[in-house]
Amino acid sequence: MARKSHVQTTINDETVEFLCEPRQSLLEVLRDELHLTGAKEGCNNGNCGACSVILDGRLVNSCLVLGVETDGKSMETIEGLADPDKLHPIQDAFLENAALQCGICTPGFIMSAKALLDNNPNPTEHEVRYWLAGNLCRCTGYDKIVRAVLDAAEAT
Amino acid sequence: MQSFEYIDAKTVSEAVALLDEKGDQARLLAGGTDLIVQAREGRRSLDWMIDIKSIPEVNELAYDSETGLTLGAAVPCYQIYAVEAICEAYPGLVDATKIIGGTAIQGRAAVGGNLCNASPAADCIPPLIVLNATCVIAGPNGEREIPVEDFCTGPGQTVLAKGEMLVSLKLPAPQQNSSSFYLRFIPRNEMDIAVVGAGASVVLDDAKQRIVSARIALGAVAPTPLFAEDAGALLTDKEISDDVIDEAAQAAQAIARPISDMRGTAEQRTHLVGVLTRRALNGAIQRVREAA
Amino acid sequence: MSEKKEYKVIGTRPIRHDGVDKVTGRAIYGADFQITGLLHGRVLRSPHAHARIVSIDTSHAEAYPGVKGVVTAQDLPAAEDKMADLGEGAVNLKYLCDNILASDKVLYKGHAIAAVAATSPHIAEEACELIDVEYELLPPVLEVREAMEPDAPILHENLTTSSLGDEDDKPTNIASHLQHKKGDIEKGFDEADVVIERGFVTGTVHQGYIEPHNATAHYNQDGQLTVWCSTQGAFTVREQLAEILQYPVSKIKVVPLEIGGGFGGKINVYIKPVAALLAKKTGKPVKVLMNRADVFEGTGPTPASYITIKMGAKKDGKITAAQTSLAFEAGAYPGSPVGAGAMCVFAPYNIENVLIDGYDVVVNKPKSAPYRAPGATNAAFGTETVVDELAEELNIDPLELRLMNGAKEGDRRPDGPVYPRIGFIETLEAAKEHPHYTSANGKKYHGRGIASGFWFNIGLESSVTINVNPDGTINLVEGSTDIGGTRASIAMQAAEVLGIPAESVNPTVVDTNSIGYTAVTGGSRTTYATGYAAYEAAQDVVKQMKARAAKLWEVDEDNVQFADGEFSSINGKEEQMSFRDLSGKLSQTGGPVVGRATMDPAGAGGAFATHVVDVEVDVETGKVEILRYTATQDAGKAIHPSYVEGQIQGGVVQGIGWALNEEYIYNAEGEMTNASFLDYRMPTCLDLPMIDAVIVEVPNPGHPYGVRGVGEVPIVPPPAAIANAIYDAIGIRMTELPMSPDRLLKAMGKI
Ligand SMILES: Cc1cc2nc3c(=O)[nH]c(=O)nc-3n(C[C@H](O)[C@H](O)[C@H](O)COP(=O)(O)OP(=O)(O)OC[C@H]3O[C@@H](n4cnc5c(N)ncnc54)[C@H](O)[C@@H]3O)c2cc1C
Ligand code: FES
Ligand code: FES
Repeated sequence: MARKSHVQTTINDETVEFLCEPRQSLLEVLRDELHLTGAKEGCNNGNCGACSVILDGRLVNSCLVLGVETDGKSMETIEGLADPDKLHPIQDAFLENAALQCGICTPGFIMSAKALLDNNPNPTEHEVRYWLAGNLCRCTGYDKIVRAVLDAAEAT
Repeated sequence: MQSFEYIDAKTVSEAVALLDEKGDQARLLAGGTDLIVQAREGRRSLDWMIDIKSIPEVNELAYDSETGLTLGAAVPCYQIYAVEAICEAYPGLVDATKIIGGTAIQGRAAVGGNLCNASPAADCIPPLIVLNATCVIAGPNGEREIPVEDFCTGPGQTVLAKGEMLVSLKLPAPQQNSSSFYLRFIPRNEMDIAVVGAGASVVLDDAKQRIVSARIALGAVAPTPLFAEDAGALLTDKEISDDVIDEAAQAAQAIARPISDMRGTAEQRTHLVGVLTRRALNGAIQRVREAA
Repeated sequence: MSEKKEYKVIGTRPIRHDGVDKVTGRAIYGADFQITGLLHGRVLRSPHAHARIVSIDTSHAEAYPGVKGVVTAQDLPAAEDKMADLGEGAVNLKYLCDNILASDKVLYKGHAIAAVAATSPHIAEEACELIDVEYELLPPVLEVREAMEPDAPILHENLTTSSLGDEDDKPTNIASHLQHKKGDIEKGFDEADVVIERGFVTGTVHQGYIEPHNATAHYNQDGQLTVWCSTQGAFTVREQLAEILQYPVSKIKVVPLEIGGGFGGKINVYIKPVAALLAKKTGKPVKVLMNRADVFEGTGPTPASYITIKMGAKKDGKITAAQTSLAFEAGAYPGSPVGAGAMCVFAPYNIENVLIDGYDVVVNKPKSAPYRAPGATNAAFGTETVVDELAEELNIDPLELRLMNGAKEGDRRPDGPVYPRIGFIETLEAAKEHPHYTSANGKKYHGRGIASGFWFNIGLESSVTINVNPDGTINLVEGSTDIGGTRASIAMQAAEVLGIPAESVNPTVVDTNSIGYTAVTGGSRTTYATGYAAYEAAQDVVKQMKARAAKLWEVDEDNVQFADGEFSSINGKEEQMSFRDLSGKLSQTGGPVVGRATMDPAGAGGAFATHVVDVEVDVETGKVEILRYTATQDAGKAIHPSYVEGQIQGGVVQGIGWALNEEYIYNAEGEMTNASFLDYRMPTCLDLPMIDAVIVEVPNPGHPYGVRGVGEVPIVPPPAAIANAIYDAIGIRMTELPMSPDRLLKAMGKI
C-alpha cells in the first residue's frame, strides 16, 4: 500500500487537511474521511453525476478526481450551498417544484445546476438539458428538475 | 483499485525522466477520465501516476490567426470551447469537445488525453485529423513532431516510445473559405460512446460552389481512427452536388472495417459511415457558406 | 364515493417533510451510515454464466494484511430444499440461500460466491482476487425459448414443471405453467371478422435506481443483530434474514435509512445477509456496498419475455376473443412476474372469450426481481400493439376502439376479479380531449401512437401511530420507507382528518422494533395502505380527543363533534375548541394521546393509464426521437398532485428507456457486456421533452379519500405507444424491445 499523503485544501471556504492514499478518489475522501456524505456514489466511473462537486470553479465528477490532486485547490460541495438561515435559491426551487423523489441524485443535480447558473444565468430549456445530461435521475423523468432549474434562474 | 504512487511533475523533462525510469508501470495523468476508470476497473495495471497538470507547456492554449493553434496536451475540453476565436476557426474540433461525456467530464477531459488513450471511438481524433493537426512529442532524445493520423497504432496503442509524452497539438491556421464539422452517431443524445464518428473539413472556392480540397476521417470503424484520405481526395476540384458527396461517402464506407460489439453491429456501422460522412461534409460546406 | 369532496390539505402541494434534508445533502442514505470500528466488505462474484463450483480456497485472502474475515456458503446454515415462509409468499429456502452465496453451482455471471471483510474497501477488493475458485464450466442458456427446448442445458437438476397443479418428473427449466380461461376461445375467434396474431420479444432490463445496494450489520455480544440499510421494506428484510440465517426475528432489528430508488429492485436481499455473516465472523460492524457492475450483474433485472398475442374482432369493433402465451425468464431461480403479467395482459378490455397461458422459465441470468408493474409492461407491449393493428384493419380510430371495448365497473377481468368503480374510460376520454391528441400530426417521418395500461395495485399490512404534541402538532410514526415523497402523502391524510396543516405533522420512518408490521413500499400501496392507516390512526386520535373535550366540558362524549379542526359540543352547552388548543390541555385531562391503527385493506382499486406520444424517426440512422408525450392516469384522488405527476413522469421515462435502448447485452459465453450506465443506456434529460402528466380522478371506493396507487402503471403503456407511433411514422411494426436504432435499420431493410 502506498504511503498516505497529506493534503490541504479548501472546502466550502474552510481550510481542510486530510491524509489519503493516492488511489482514494475525492469522492471517497469526502465521504469516508471527511464524512461529507452529500456527494453520492451512483456509478464510480463518471456516468451518473451523483458525485458532482465544483472544483476551482468547475463542475467535476468527484469519483474521477484523486484526493491527492486537490492539494491547494478549492471546492464547493452540497453541504456548503445553503446559508445558515436560508436555502440557496436552487434548493428552494427543487423543493417548490417537487424536483426530487428518492433524492439520491439531488445533491449532484443541484451542484450541477449551480455550476450552470454561475456560468449562464439565463439558460434556455435546451441549455439546461444539455448541461445536466451527465446527471442521471431514474425517478423523476427530469421534467420537474428542468423546471426547477429554470425557476431558479429566474429567481436569481 | 490497485495501489499506486502519485507524482505531481513540474516540468516536461521531469515527466519524461520519470517515464523513462519507470517504463510501463507509469502512466501520465491528464484529466483522468480514462485513466482513473481503467485503473479502477483493473483494465490497466500501474504503479505510478504522474500528474502533468502542473507543467506549463501542457496547459498552453494559444491561438493566432496567422500561425494557428497550440493546444497543450492537458487542456480540458471546456477551456477550448470557451474561446470564441477557436470556435470560429476549428468548429469541427469544438463539436467534439462539446460532446465528450457530460459537462462534468468536459471539466477535466483533455483533447490530449483523448488522443493518447487511443480509443478507436475517441471523438477528438477524427476532427484533429481533418484539421491537419500535428503532435508535438517530447522524449529522452528531445522533441519530434508527427501528423495526428500517424499517432494511433491500435486500440489503446500509440507511437509513443518509452519515455515519450505528448506535449501539445499544433493546428495550422484555417484557410480562406474553409470549415470543419464532426458528428457521431449515438443512440442517446449525450453520455454515449460513438457507434460511428465522422469528421470532415473542406476548402471551397470564392463562390462557394466548388470544393478546392477536403479531408475526411472516421471513428469507431477500425482498430484506430481512420484518415479516409482517398475519399477526401475524390472531392478535389469538384462542383458541390449530392452525387459527389455520395461518391466520397461510398469511398469512406469502402475503407471501414468495423466490428460488432455492445455498442453496435458491423453492418450498422458500415451503413452509418455513409450517412455520417455525407452529413459531415454537408455540415462543413454549410458552415463555409454561412460564414460572412 | 362519487360526490366531489372539498378538502383542505388533500390536493394541495406542500413542501415535503424530508425535503430540506435531501436538498442540503444531510439526509442519511444507506451508504452514508458511519459507525466506529467499521470494517468494509466486498463480494467475490462468478465470472462465468454457468458452472459447477469444484472448490473454493480462501486461505490466501484470509492471510492478506488488513483482512478480518472471509465467508462462503459454508457459513450459511445448511439450507434444505424446503419452503421458507416470507409473509408474502413461500420461496424455496435453498434457492433463496444459494442466491446469496452460491453453494454448488453458479448460475449467472455476477453470482455471489464469497465475501471478505477488511479494514478498507480497497483491501477487501484486493483480497477477493486472492480467493481461488475452481469451476467446471457448463453451457449456459440465455433465452427463454431456448431454455424451454427439451435438450436445453438444465440449471436445476431437481426442478420439474408444476403445471396447473400437476407435477411432471422430468428435469426442466420450465418451473411452472399457469392458465386463465374465460368463455369459449374457439367460439370467440369464429365470431371475429378480423384476427391478428403476432409474436413479441422484450429484452432484459434493469430497474436502474441510482443508489447501489448497501448494508451495514453488527452483532452485539448478546446476539442482537442490527442491520442498517436502504430497502423498500425493513420488515421483509427482517423476514428474509431470519430465514436465510435461521435466526429469530426477535433478535433482528432492521433500521431503514434513506433509500435512493428501488422500483421493486430493493425488496429481495442480496448483501444484507452477507454483511451479517461477516459481522458475525469478525465481531465488528461491517458495511458492504455494491458497485454499479455488481448491481447490473448481481441484482434483479426484470425479465425478458417471448409473448404471442392473438386477438379477434368484429367489423363493428367488438373484440370477441383474445389469447396469449407469455413465456417469462425468471433468471437463475423460479419466480418471474408471469403471474402478474397474466393478470394484466387483457385487463383493460372487456372480452368475453379469453385464454391465457403463462410459463416461468429459468435461464442463466440474475434472478429476476419486481420492476414497476412487474410483467405488465411486457404484456401490454403485445396487447396494445395488436389492438392498434386491429383498429387499422377495422378502419376505426385506435382510441375509439379502446373506448368501445374498455373495461368498466362490473366487468370481469379474465383471471377472475370483477371490477369495482374504475377509471379506464375516463383516461381515454381525457386523452381524446387533450390538445396533444387533437393537434395536427402528419409531417413526414413523424408519427403518433397511443396505448393503455393496467396495474392491479396491492393493499397489505401497514401500521401507523400518532403522538399528539401540546402545540397542536403531531408526530406520525410509520414503517413505510419513503422513496418518493410518501412521508408527505401519508402525513397529509392524517392532517386532513385532524384539520391541521400538513406542516403540523412530523412524519418519521422507524426501525422494525419501533412500529407494527408494515409491508414493502411497493405495489403502489404506500399512499393507499399506509395512508389509510394514517387516516385511521388520526380517527383514533379524534375519538380520544373527543373524550378529553367531553371531560373538559363535562358533557357526554356523544355530544362532542369534530369538524374542520374544531371540537364543539352539540346539544345544550355552547363549547368550542380547536384541535390545537385541546392538544395543550392533554396533561390536564388524562395524559398523552396516542392514536394508532393497523390495516390490511382489500380495496386497492386498479389503476389505468392512456398515453399519447409523438415521435420522429431518422430513417437514415434508425434513431427515434420523442417529440411530445402526454400521459393520462386515474389516480383515484391525488393527495399531493406534484408527486403524483412525478410518479407518472418518472414511470413514463423508464418506459421510454425500455422501449428505445435499454437492454442487457450478452456475448456467447453468457456474459453481460454493457454493465455500466455508459452502455446500459437509460434516458438522460437531453433525450426527452417535458412529460405532460394529466391526472384523472375517479375515486377508489376502497379508500376513505378515494386514493388509488399511482406508482406503477405509468411504465406500462410507453413501449407499445412508441411502437404504434413508429408504425404511424414509417409504416413498420416493431415487435422486439428495445426498438434500438440497429433494429429499426434492419426492419427498414437498410442493413
Ligand atoms: C462518463 C464518460 C464519458 C465519456 N464520453 C466520451 C465521449 O463521448 N467521447 C470520447 O471520445 N471519450 C469519452 N470519454 C473518455 C474520456 O473522457 C476522453 O477520452 C478524455 O478526453 C480523456 O482525457 P483525460 O484528460 O481525462 O485523459 P486521462 O484519463 O488523463 O488520460 C488518458 C490516457 O492518455 C494518457 N495520457 C494523458 N496525457 C498524456 C500525455 N500528455 N502524453 C502521453 N500520454 C498521456 C494517460 O496515461 C491515459 O492512458 C468518456 C469518459 C467518461 C468517464
Ligand atoms: S459516482 Fe461519480 S459520476 Fe457516478
Ligand atoms: S430522485 Fe431518485 S434518482 Fe433522482
